Amino acid sequence: MSLPKEYYYSKEHEWVKVEGDKVRIGITDFAQDELGDIVFVELPEEGDELDLDQPFGSVESVKTVSELYAPVSGKVVEINEELEDSPEFVNESPFEKAWMVVVELNDKSELDNLMDADAYKDMIDTE
Amino acid sequence: MGELKRTPLFPVYQDFNAKTVDFGGWEMPVQFVGIKDEHHTTREKAGLFDVSHMGEILVEGPDSEAYLQKMLTNDLSKASINQAQYTIMCYEDGGTIDDLLVYKLDESKYFLVVNAANTEKDYDWLKEHAEGDVTVRNVTPDYVQIALQGPKAETILQQLTEEDLSEIKFFRFKQDVQLNGIEHGAIISRTGYTGEDGFEIYINHASGVELWRAILKAGEAHGVTPVGLGARDTLRFEANLALYGQELSKDITPVEAGLGFAVKAKKEADFIGKEVLAEQKANGPKRKLVGLEMMDKGIPRHGYDVLKDGENVGFITSGTQSPTLGKNVGLALVQAEYVNEGETLEVQVRKRTLEAKIVPTPFYKRK
Repeated sequence: MSLPKEYYYSKEHEWVKVEGDKVRIGITDFAQDELGDIVFVELPEEGDELDLDQPFGSVESVKTVSELYAPVSGKVVEINEELEDSPEFVNESPFEKAWMVVVELNDKSELDNLMDADAYKDMIDTE
Repeated sequence: MGELKRTPLFPVYQDFNAKTVDFGGWEMPVQFVGIKDEHHTTREKAGLFDVSHMGEILVEGPDSEAYLQKMLTNDLSKASINQAQYTIMCYEDGGTIDDLLVYKLDESKYFLVVNAANTEKDYDWLKEHAEGDVTVRNVTPDYVQIALQGPKAETILQQLTEEDLSEIKFFRFKQDVQLNGIEHGAIISRTGYTGEDGFEIYINHASGVELWRAILKAGEAHGVTPVGLGARDTLRFEANLALYGQELSKDITPVEAGLGFAVKAKKEADFIGKEVLAEQKANGPKRKLVGLEMMDKGIPRHGYDVLKDGENVGFITSGTQSPTLGKNVGLALVQAEYVNEGETLEVQVRKRTLEAKIVPTPFYKRK
Protein backbone atom coordinates (compact mmCIF):
# COMPACT_ATOMS: atom_id res chain seq x y z
CA MET A 1 0.00 0.00 0.00
CA SER A 2 1.54 3.31 -1.08
CA LEU A 3 2.22 6.08 1.42
CA PRO A 4 3.98 9.26 0.27
CA LYS A 5 6.79 10.09 2.68
CA GLU A 6 6.45 13.85 2.39
CA TYR A 7 2.77 13.98 3.43
CA TYR A 8 1.30 14.35 6.91
CA TYR A 9 -1.46 12.01 8.12
CA SER A 10 -4.38 12.26 10.54
CA LYS A 11 -5.96 9.64 12.81
CA GLU A 12 -9.09 9.94 10.65
CA HIS A 13 -7.12 8.77 7.60
CA GLU A 14 -6.73 12.09 5.80
CA TRP A 15 -3.46 13.06 4.18
CA VAL A 16 -2.14 16.63 4.22
CA LYS A 17 0.38 17.90 1.69
CA VAL A 18 2.05 21.21 2.47
CA GLU A 19 2.25 23.72 -0.39
CA GLY A 20 3.67 26.93 1.10
CA ASP A 21 1.04 28.52 3.36
CA LYS A 22 -1.58 26.18 2.02
CA VAL A 23 -2.27 22.48 2.33
CA ARG A 24 -3.91 20.01 0.01
CA ILE A 25 -6.10 17.39 1.70
CA GLY A 26 -7.43 13.99 0.68
CA ILE A 27 -8.03 10.54 2.15
CA THR A 28 -5.47 7.76 2.27
CA ASP A 29 -5.18 4.61 0.23
CA PHE A 30 -5.98 2.64 3.39
CA ALA A 31 -9.19 4.64 3.88
CA GLN A 32 -10.43 4.17 0.31
CA ASP A 33 -9.66 0.47 0.51
CA GLU A 34 -11.67 0.13 3.71
CA LEU A 35 -14.63 2.03 2.20
CA GLY A 36 -14.76 0.18 -1.11
CA ASP A 37 -16.28 1.62 -4.29
CA ILE A 38 -16.71 5.36 -3.76
CA VAL A 39 -19.84 6.72 -5.45
CA PHE A 40 -20.22 10.22 -4.01
CA VAL A 41 -18.00 12.90 -2.49
CA GLU A 42 -19.52 15.86 -0.70
CA LEU A 43 -17.16 18.80 -0.30
CA PRO A 44 -17.45 22.27 1.27
CA GLU A 45 -17.56 25.38 -0.91
CA GLU A 46 -14.71 27.71 -1.65
CA GLY A 47 -14.55 30.32 1.09
CA ASP A 48 -15.89 27.98 3.81
CA GLU A 49 -13.91 27.77 7.03
CA LEU A 50 -12.71 24.39 8.28
CA ASP A 51 -12.70 23.93 12.05
CA LEU A 52 -10.06 21.60 13.41
CA ASP A 53 -11.35 18.03 13.92
CA GLN A 54 -14.87 18.98 12.77
CA PRO A 55 -16.64 17.31 9.81
CA PHE A 56 -16.25 19.25 6.56
CA GLY A 57 -17.68 16.83 4.04
CA SER A 58 -18.28 13.16 3.41
CA VAL A 59 -17.29 10.27 1.22
CA GLU A 60 -19.92 7.69 0.35
CA SER A 61 -19.30 4.19 -0.86
CA VAL A 62 -22.00 1.88 -2.16
CA LYS A 63 -22.44 0.63 1.36
CA THR A 64 -21.76 3.46 3.75
CA VAL A 65 -21.15 7.13 4.53
CA SER A 66 -17.89 8.30 6.04
CA GLU A 67 -17.40 11.84 7.34
CA LEU A 68 -14.31 13.85 6.50
CA TYR A 69 -12.74 15.49 9.57
CA ALA A 70 -10.63 18.61 9.20
CA PRO A 71 -7.01 17.73 9.99
CA VAL A 72 -6.22 21.48 10.15
CA SER A 73 -8.26 24.68 10.39
CA GLY A 74 -8.37 27.34 7.72
CA LYS A 75 -10.19 28.73 4.72
CA VAL A 76 -11.04 26.59 1.71
CA VAL A 77 -9.51 28.22 -1.36
CA GLU A 78 -9.99 25.45 -3.89
CA ILE A 79 -12.06 22.28 -4.19
CA ASN A 80 -11.62 19.38 -6.58
CA GLU A 81 -14.69 19.73 -8.76
CA GLU A 82 -13.73 16.68 -10.80
CA LEU A 83 -14.75 14.45 -7.92
CA GLU A 84 -18.38 15.35 -8.49
CA ASP A 85 -18.43 13.47 -11.79
CA SER A 86 -15.59 11.07 -11.03
CA PRO A 87 -15.80 9.92 -7.42
CA GLU A 88 -13.98 6.74 -8.49
CA PHE A 89 -10.76 8.81 -8.52
CA VAL A 90 -10.75 8.29 -4.76
CA ASN A 91 -10.30 4.56 -5.33
CA GLU A 92 -7.98 4.89 -8.31
CA SER A 93 -5.68 7.68 -7.20
CA PRO A 94 -6.28 8.66 -3.58
CA PHE A 95 -3.04 10.65 -3.17
CA GLU A 96 -3.09 12.54 -6.44
CA LYS A 97 -6.17 12.81 -8.67
CA ALA A 98 -8.52 12.58 -5.67
CA TRP A 99 -7.22 15.54 -3.66
CA MET A 100 -10.33 17.11 -2.13
CA VAL A 101 -9.65 20.63 -0.92
CA VAL A 102 -6.87 23.21 -0.69
CA VAL A 103 -6.92 25.13 2.58
CA GLU A 104 -5.15 28.29 3.66
CA LEU A 105 -3.68 27.43 7.04
CA ASN A 106 -4.75 29.41 10.08
CA ASP A 107 -1.97 28.06 12.21
CA LYS A 108 0.95 26.18 10.80
CA SER A 109 1.69 24.63 14.19
CA GLU A 110 -1.42 22.44 13.80
CA LEU A 111 0.70 20.33 11.47
CA ASP A 112 2.77 19.27 14.49
CA ASN A 113 -0.21 17.26 15.77
CA LEU A 114 -0.32 15.12 12.63
CA MET A 115 1.66 11.94 11.97
CA ASP A 116 4.43 11.33 9.51
CA ALA A 117 4.21 8.37 7.11
CA ASP A 118 5.99 5.97 9.48
CA ALA A 119 3.78 6.80 12.47
CA TYR A 120 0.65 6.50 10.30
CA LYS A 121 1.81 3.16 8.98
CA ASP A 122 2.30 1.92 12.55
CA MET A 123 -1.23 3.02 13.34
CA ILE A 124 -2.91 1.23 10.43
CA ASP A 125 -0.81 -1.89 10.96
CA THR A 126 -2.30 -2.26 14.42
CA GLU A 127 -5.89 -1.57 13.27
CA MET B 1 -21.70 -9.83 21.50
CA GLY B 2 -19.86 -13.13 21.78
CA GLU B 3 -17.52 -14.65 19.25
CA LEU B 4 -18.70 -14.48 15.66
CA LYS B 5 -19.97 -17.65 14.03
CA ARG B 6 -18.40 -18.80 10.79
CA THR B 7 -19.99 -20.82 8.01
CA PRO B 8 -18.31 -24.01 6.75
CA LEU B 9 -17.23 -21.96 3.72
CA PHE B 10 -15.18 -19.52 5.76
CA PRO B 11 -11.86 -21.03 4.60
CA VAL B 12 -12.62 -20.25 0.94
CA TYR B 13 -12.98 -16.52 1.65
CA GLN B 14 -9.24 -16.57 2.22
CA ASP B 15 -8.66 -17.72 -1.37
CA PHE B 16 -9.81 -14.26 -2.39
CA ASN B 17 -8.58 -12.26 0.58
CA ALA B 18 -12.22 -11.25 1.07
CA LYS B 19 -13.14 -8.50 3.50
CA THR B 20 -15.42 -9.79 6.27
CA VAL B 21 -17.92 -8.09 8.58
CA ASP B 22 -20.21 -9.02 11.45
CA PHE B 23 -23.62 -9.76 9.93
CA GLY B 24 -26.22 -10.94 12.42
CA GLY B 25 -23.53 -12.54 14.56
CA TRP B 26 -21.76 -14.19 11.60
CA GLU B 27 -18.39 -13.31 10.18
CA MET B 28 -19.38 -12.94 6.53
CA PRO B 29 -17.65 -11.64 3.40
CA VAL B 30 -18.84 -8.15 2.49
CA GLN B 31 -16.90 -8.21 -0.76
CA PHE B 32 -14.46 -10.41 -2.66
CA VAL B 33 -13.22 -8.07 -5.38
CA GLY B 34 -15.49 -5.02 -5.11
CA ILE B 35 -19.20 -4.43 -4.65
CA LYS B 36 -19.86 -2.76 -8.01
CA ASP B 37 -17.88 -5.35 -9.90
CA GLU B 38 -19.63 -8.25 -8.20
CA HIS B 39 -22.99 -6.56 -8.78
CA HIS B 40 -22.46 -6.10 -12.53
CA THR B 41 -21.02 -9.59 -12.98
CA THR B 42 -24.11 -11.09 -11.34
CA ARG B 43 -26.41 -9.10 -13.63
CA GLU B 44 -24.42 -9.92 -16.76
CA LYS B 45 -22.91 -13.38 -16.11
CA ALA B 46 -23.12 -15.16 -12.76
CA GLY B 47 -22.39 -14.63 -9.09
CA LEU B 48 -21.77 -17.24 -6.41
CA PHE B 49 -22.89 -16.48 -2.86
CA ASP B 50 -22.26 -18.20 0.46
CA VAL B 51 -25.53 -17.72 2.32
CA SER B 52 -25.01 -20.48 4.86
CA HIS B 53 -25.69 -18.00 7.65
CA MET B 54 -29.38 -18.23 6.73
CA GLY B 55 -31.28 -20.37 9.22
CA GLU B 56 -32.97 -23.67 8.35
CA ILE B 57 -35.80 -25.02 10.47
CA LEU B 58 -37.40 -28.39 9.80
CA VAL B 59 -41.05 -28.94 10.66
CA GLU B 60 -42.25 -32.54 10.52
CA GLY B 61 -45.31 -34.53 11.51
CA PRO B 62 -48.86 -35.19 10.32
CA ASP B 63 -50.16 -31.85 11.67
CA SER B 64 -47.40 -29.75 10.07
CA GLU B 65 -49.57 -28.09 7.45
CA ALA B 66 -52.31 -27.07 9.87
CA TYR B 67 -49.72 -25.76 12.30
CA LEU B 68 -47.81 -23.76 9.69
CA GLN B 69 -51.06 -22.36 8.28
CA LYS B 70 -51.60 -20.84 11.71
CA MET B 71 -48.05 -19.47 11.94
CA LEU B 72 -47.61 -18.06 8.41
CA THR B 73 -49.51 -15.53 6.31
CA ASN B 74 -49.36 -17.18 2.89
CA ASP B 75 -51.62 -20.12 1.99
CA LEU B 76 -49.52 -23.24 2.31
CA SER B 77 -52.40 -25.48 1.17
CA LYS B 78 -51.74 -24.13 -2.33
CA ALA B 79 -48.17 -25.43 -2.37
CA SER B 80 -47.40 -28.80 -3.90
CA ILE B 81 -44.51 -31.09 -3.06
CA ASN B 82 -41.23 -29.69 -4.45
CA GLN B 83 -42.62 -26.17 -4.43
CA ALA B 84 -41.23 -23.28 -2.39
CA GLN B 85 -43.39 -20.46 -1.11
CA TYR B 86 -42.44 -16.97 0.06
CA THR B 87 -44.29 -16.20 3.26
CA ILE B 88 -44.27 -14.06 6.40
CA MET B 89 -44.46 -14.81 10.11
CA CYS B 90 -46.20 -12.08 12.09
CA TYR B 91 -47.10 -11.08 15.63
CA GLU B 92 -50.71 -10.69 16.67
CA ASP B 93 -50.47 -6.92 15.96
CA GLY B 94 -49.35 -7.59 12.37
CA GLY B 95 -45.73 -6.61 13.01
CA THR B 96 -43.25 -8.86 11.23
CA ILE B 97 -41.24 -11.57 12.97
CA ASP B 98 -39.53 -12.65 9.77
CA ASP B 99 -39.98 -13.26 6.07
CA LEU B 100 -39.02 -16.71 4.87
CA LEU B 101 -39.22 -19.44 2.27
CA VAL B 102 -41.06 -22.66 3.00
CA TYR B 103 -40.04 -25.72 1.00
CA LYS B 104 -42.63 -28.47 0.92
CA LEU B 105 -40.46 -31.61 1.01
CA ASP B 106 -43.42 -33.98 1.38
CA GLU B 107 -46.96 -33.93 2.76
CA SER B 108 -45.75 -33.79 6.34
CA LYS B 109 -42.28 -32.29 6.06
CA TYR B 110 -41.44 -28.62 5.54
CA PHE B 111 -38.07 -26.88 5.35
CA LEU B 112 -38.16 -23.25 6.47
CA VAL B 113 -35.36 -20.89 5.40
CA VAL B 114 -35.18 -17.84 7.65
CA ASN B 115 -32.99 -14.77 8.08
CA ALA B 116 -29.71 -15.36 9.91
CA ALA B 117 -30.21 -12.82 12.66
CA ASN B 118 -33.76 -14.07 13.29
CA THR B 119 -33.08 -17.80 13.45
CA GLU B 120 -33.17 -18.16 17.24
CA LYS B 121 -36.15 -15.81 17.60
CA ASP B 122 -38.10 -17.67 14.89
CA TYR B 123 -37.22 -21.07 16.31
CA ASP B 124 -38.32 -20.07 19.82
CA TRP B 125 -41.56 -18.59 18.49
CA LEU B 126 -42.31 -21.68 16.42
CA LYS B 127 -41.63 -24.03 19.33
CA GLU B 128 -43.71 -21.95 21.73
CA HIS B 129 -46.71 -22.17 19.40
CA ALA B 130 -46.26 -25.79 18.35
CA GLU B 131 -49.61 -27.59 18.16
CA GLY B 132 -50.65 -31.14 17.39
CA ASP B 133 -48.32 -33.86 16.19
CA VAL B 134 -45.35 -31.80 14.96
CA THR B 135 -41.68 -31.57 15.72
CA VAL B 136 -39.71 -28.40 15.10
CA ARG B 137 -35.94 -28.59 14.76
CA ASN B 138 -33.30 -25.95 14.10
CA VAL B 139 -31.08 -27.68 11.55
CA THR B 140 -29.04 -24.62 10.54
CA PRO B 141 -25.61 -26.17 11.31
CA ASP B 142 -26.39 -29.18 9.12
CA TYR B 143 -26.53 -27.15 5.91
CA VAL B 144 -24.44 -25.07 3.64
CA GLN B 145 -26.53 -22.78 1.45
CA ILE B 146 -25.00 -21.53 -1.77
CA ALA B 147 -26.73 -19.25 -4.27
CA LEU B 148 -25.74 -19.15 -7.92
CA GLN B 149 -27.42 -16.20 -9.61
CA GLY B 150 -27.31 -14.56 -13.01
CA PRO B 151 -28.07 -15.31 -16.67
CA LYS B 152 -25.31 -17.97 -16.84
CA ALA B 153 -26.38 -19.75 -13.64
CA GLU B 154 -28.20 -22.63 -15.33
CA THR B 155 -25.48 -23.23 -17.91
CA ILE B 156 -22.86 -23.39 -15.18
CA LEU B 157 -24.73 -25.61 -12.76
CA GLN B 158 -25.92 -27.94 -15.52
CA GLN B 159 -22.32 -28.99 -16.08
CA LEU B 160 -22.29 -30.56 -12.62
CA THR B 161 -25.40 -32.74 -12.83
CA GLU B 162 -27.32 -35.24 -14.94
CA GLU B 163 -30.65 -33.80 -13.78
CA ASP B 164 -32.27 -31.47 -16.31
CA LEU B 165 -32.24 -28.14 -14.49
CA SER B 166 -34.45 -26.49 -17.10
CA GLU B 167 -37.28 -28.60 -15.65
CA ILE B 168 -37.07 -26.66 -12.40
CA LYS B 169 -39.49 -23.76 -12.78
CA PHE B 170 -39.50 -20.56 -10.74
CA PHE B 171 -40.05 -21.36 -7.04
CA ARG B 172 -39.84 -25.12 -7.67
CA PHE B 173 -37.07 -27.42 -6.55
CA LYS B 174 -35.60 -30.91 -6.79
CA GLN B 175 -34.37 -32.96 -3.85
CA ASP B 176 -31.36 -35.18 -3.47
CA VAL B 177 -29.71 -33.96 -6.66
CA GLN B 178 -26.28 -35.43 -7.32
CA LEU B 179 -23.72 -32.77 -8.16
CA ASN B 180 -20.30 -33.59 -9.61
CA GLY B 181 -20.09 -36.89 -7.72
CA ILE B 182 -20.18 -35.09 -4.38
CA GLU B 183 -21.11 -37.43 -1.55
CA HIS B 184 -24.29 -35.71 -0.37
CA GLY B 185 -27.33 -34.95 -2.50
CA ALA B 186 -28.59 -31.37 -2.63
CA ILE B 187 -31.86 -29.48 -2.70
CA ILE B 188 -31.80 -27.17 -5.71
CA SER B 189 -34.47 -24.51 -6.10
CA ARG B 190 -34.97 -21.89 -8.76
CA THR B 191 -35.13 -19.01 -6.30
CA GLY B 192 -32.93 -16.14 -5.29
CA TYR B 193 -32.46 -12.69 -3.88
CA THR B 194 -30.99 -10.74 -6.77
CA GLY B 195 -33.71 -10.22 -9.38
CA GLU B 196 -31.86 -12.56 -11.74
CA ASP B 197 -32.54 -16.12 -12.78
CA GLY B 198 -30.64 -18.59 -10.65
CA PHE B 199 -30.60 -21.25 -7.99
CA GLU B 200 -30.28 -21.73 -4.29
CA ILE B 201 -28.60 -24.95 -3.25
CA TYR B 202 -28.75 -26.67 0.14
CA ILE B 203 -26.24 -29.38 0.86
CA ASN B 204 -24.77 -31.16 3.87
CA HIS B 205 -22.26 -28.87 5.57
CA ALA B 206 -19.43 -31.35 5.03
CA SER B 207 -19.79 -31.05 1.24
CA GLY B 208 -19.99 -27.25 1.10
CA VAL B 209 -16.40 -26.40 0.26
CA GLU B 210 -16.23 -29.11 -2.41
CA LEU B 211 -19.42 -27.83 -4.05
CA TRP B 212 -18.30 -24.18 -3.90
CA ARG B 213 -15.01 -25.00 -5.61
CA ALA B 214 -16.74 -27.20 -8.22
CA ILE B 215 -19.13 -24.39 -9.18
CA LEU B 216 -16.35 -21.82 -9.41
CA LYS B 217 -14.38 -24.16 -11.66
CA ALA B 218 -17.37 -24.96 -13.87
CA GLY B 219 -18.19 -21.26 -14.07
CA GLU B 220 -14.72 -20.00 -14.81
CA ALA B 221 -15.21 -19.98 -18.58
CA HIS B 222 -18.52 -18.15 -18.06
CA GLY B 223 -17.06 -15.41 -15.90
CA VAL B 224 -18.57 -16.41 -12.55
CA THR B 225 -17.41 -14.42 -9.53
CA PRO B 226 -17.86 -14.99 -5.81
CA VAL B 227 -20.11 -12.28 -4.38
CA GLY B 228 -20.25 -10.84 -0.88
CA LEU B 229 -23.09 -9.43 1.17
CA GLY B 230 -22.44 -5.91 -0.12
CA ALA B 231 -23.51 -6.70 -3.66
CA ARG B 232 -26.18 -9.11 -2.41
CA ASP B 233 -27.74 -6.07 -0.76
CA THR B 234 -27.54 -3.77 -3.82
CA LEU B 235 -28.89 -6.56 -6.06
CA ARG B 236 -31.87 -7.34 -3.85
CA PHE B 237 -32.50 -3.61 -3.33
CA GLU B 238 -32.72 -2.84 -7.05
CA ALA B 239 -35.14 -5.77 -7.46
CA ASN B 240 -37.27 -4.46 -4.56
CA LEU B 241 -36.83 -7.58 -2.45
CA ALA B 242 -37.42 -6.82 1.22
CA LEU B 243 -34.64 -7.03 3.80
CA TYR B 244 -35.66 -7.78 7.36
CA GLY B 245 -34.52 -4.98 9.68
CA GLN B 246 -35.04 -2.44 6.90
CA GLU B 247 -38.26 -2.89 4.88
CA LEU B 248 -39.65 -5.26 7.50
CA SER B 249 -39.49 -5.23 11.29
CA LYS B 250 -41.65 -5.87 14.33
CA ASP B 251 -42.99 -2.33 13.75
CA ILE B 252 -43.73 -2.79 10.03
CA THR B 253 -46.41 -5.11 8.69
CA PRO B 254 -45.96 -7.01 5.43
CA VAL B 255 -48.94 -5.17 3.95
CA GLU B 256 -47.27 -1.82 4.63
CA ALA B 257 -44.09 -3.17 3.05
CA GLY B 258 -45.97 -3.98 -0.17
CA LEU B 259 -45.95 -7.73 0.46
CA GLY B 260 -49.72 -8.15 0.51
CA PHE B 261 -49.36 -10.85 -2.17
CA ALA B 262 -47.89 -13.11 0.54
CA VAL B 263 -50.69 -12.36 3.01
CA LYS B 264 -53.74 -14.46 2.21
CA ALA B 265 -56.31 -12.83 4.45
CA LYS B 266 -59.03 -14.95 2.83
CA LYS B 267 -57.44 -18.33 3.52
CA GLU B 268 -59.61 -20.55 5.65
CA ALA B 269 -57.17 -21.06 8.48
CA ASP B 270 -56.83 -18.38 11.11
CA PHE B 271 -53.27 -17.18 11.34
CA ILE B 272 -51.47 -15.00 13.83
CA GLY B 273 -51.90 -11.35 12.83
CA LYS B 274 -54.84 -12.05 10.52
CA GLU B 275 -57.21 -9.48 11.98
CA VAL B 276 -54.87 -6.51 11.58
CA LEU B 277 -53.52 -7.61 8.21
CA ALA B 278 -56.96 -8.32 6.75
CA GLU B 279 -58.10 -4.84 7.79
CA GLN B 280 -55.01 -3.27 6.17
CA LYS B 281 -55.55 -5.22 2.98
CA ALA B 282 -59.23 -4.25 2.84
CA ASN B 283 -58.87 -0.54 3.64
CA GLY B 284 -55.27 0.12 2.69
CA PRO B 285 -52.44 0.56 5.19
CA LYS B 286 -51.72 3.97 6.70
CA ARG B 287 -48.12 3.79 5.51
CA LYS B 288 -46.79 2.44 2.24
CA LEU B 289 -43.42 1.53 0.85
CA VAL B 290 -42.45 3.63 -2.19
CA GLY B 291 -39.45 4.14 -4.41
CA LEU B 292 -37.69 7.51 -4.29
CA GLU B 293 -35.23 8.96 -6.74
CA MET B 294 -33.09 11.85 -5.57
CA MET B 295 -33.44 15.03 -7.61
CA ASP B 296 -30.73 16.85 -5.67
CA LYS B 297 -27.26 15.43 -5.21
CA GLY B 298 -27.13 13.05 -2.29
CA ILE B 299 -27.73 9.44 -1.37
CA PRO B 300 -30.66 8.36 0.79
CA ARG B 301 -29.69 5.92 3.53
CA HIS B 302 -31.51 3.66 5.96
CA GLY B 303 -33.16 5.68 8.73
CA TYR B 304 -33.06 9.12 7.08
CA ASP B 305 -36.26 11.14 7.58
CA VAL B 306 -38.62 11.77 4.68
CA LEU B 307 -40.45 15.10 4.73
CA LYS B 308 -43.26 16.88 2.88
CA ASP B 309 -43.01 20.66 3.10
CA GLY B 310 -40.81 20.26 6.16
CA GLU B 311 -43.18 17.89 8.01
CA ASN B 312 -41.97 14.40 8.81
CA VAL B 313 -44.02 11.89 6.76
CA GLY B 314 -41.80 8.79 6.81
CA PHE B 315 -38.31 7.36 6.63
CA ILE B 316 -35.91 5.66 4.28
CA THR B 317 -35.75 1.88 4.72
CA SER B 318 -32.92 1.24 2.22
CA GLY B 319 -30.98 3.45 -0.14
CA THR B 320 -27.81 3.63 -2.15
CA GLN B 321 -26.53 4.58 -5.55
CA SER B 322 -27.97 1.88 -7.78
CA PRO B 323 -25.00 0.27 -9.54
CA THR B 324 -27.17 -0.72 -12.51
CA LEU B 325 -28.90 2.65 -12.99
CA GLY B 326 -26.23 4.94 -11.60
CA LYS B 327 -29.01 6.85 -9.84
CA ASN B 328 -29.35 7.66 -6.16
CA VAL B 329 -32.50 5.84 -5.11
CA GLY B 330 -34.18 4.64 -1.97
CA LEU B 331 -37.15 2.79 -0.59
CA ALA B 332 -39.19 4.73 1.94
CA LEU B 333 -42.07 3.95 4.24
CA VAL B 334 -44.33 6.97 3.86
CA GLN B 335 -47.78 8.04 5.07
CA ALA B 336 -50.25 6.76 2.51
CA GLU B 337 -51.62 10.18 1.50
CA TYR B 338 -48.20 11.17 0.06
CA VAL B 339 -47.36 8.11 -2.01
CA ASN B 340 -48.61 9.17 -5.43
CA GLU B 341 -46.20 8.57 -8.24
CA GLY B 342 -44.41 11.71 -9.39
CA GLU B 343 -45.06 13.46 -6.09
CA THR B 344 -42.08 15.35 -4.72
CA LEU B 345 -40.88 14.72 -1.17
CA GLU B 346 -37.76 15.71 0.73
CA VAL B 347 -35.10 13.54 2.29
CA GLN B 348 -33.09 14.80 5.23
CA VAL B 349 -29.53 13.81 4.28
CA ARG B 350 -27.61 14.72 7.42
CA LYS B 351 -27.68 18.55 7.51
CA ARG B 352 -29.23 19.01 4.08
CA THR B 353 -32.87 18.73 3.02
CA LEU B 354 -32.88 17.34 -0.52
CA GLU B 355 -35.63 16.89 -3.10
CA ALA B 356 -36.72 13.45 -4.22
CA LYS B 357 -39.56 12.20 -6.37
CA ILE B 358 -41.64 9.09 -6.07
CA VAL B 359 -40.83 6.57 -8.80
CA PRO B 360 -42.12 3.08 -9.62
CA THR B 361 -40.42 -0.01 -8.19
CA PRO B 362 -38.63 -2.30 -8.74
CA PHE B 363 -35.77 -0.07 -9.85
CA TYR B 364 -34.49 -2.98 -11.93
CA LYS B 365 -36.38 -5.74 -13.71
CA ARG B 366 -34.62 -8.34 -15.80
CA LYS B 367 -35.59 -8.56 -19.44
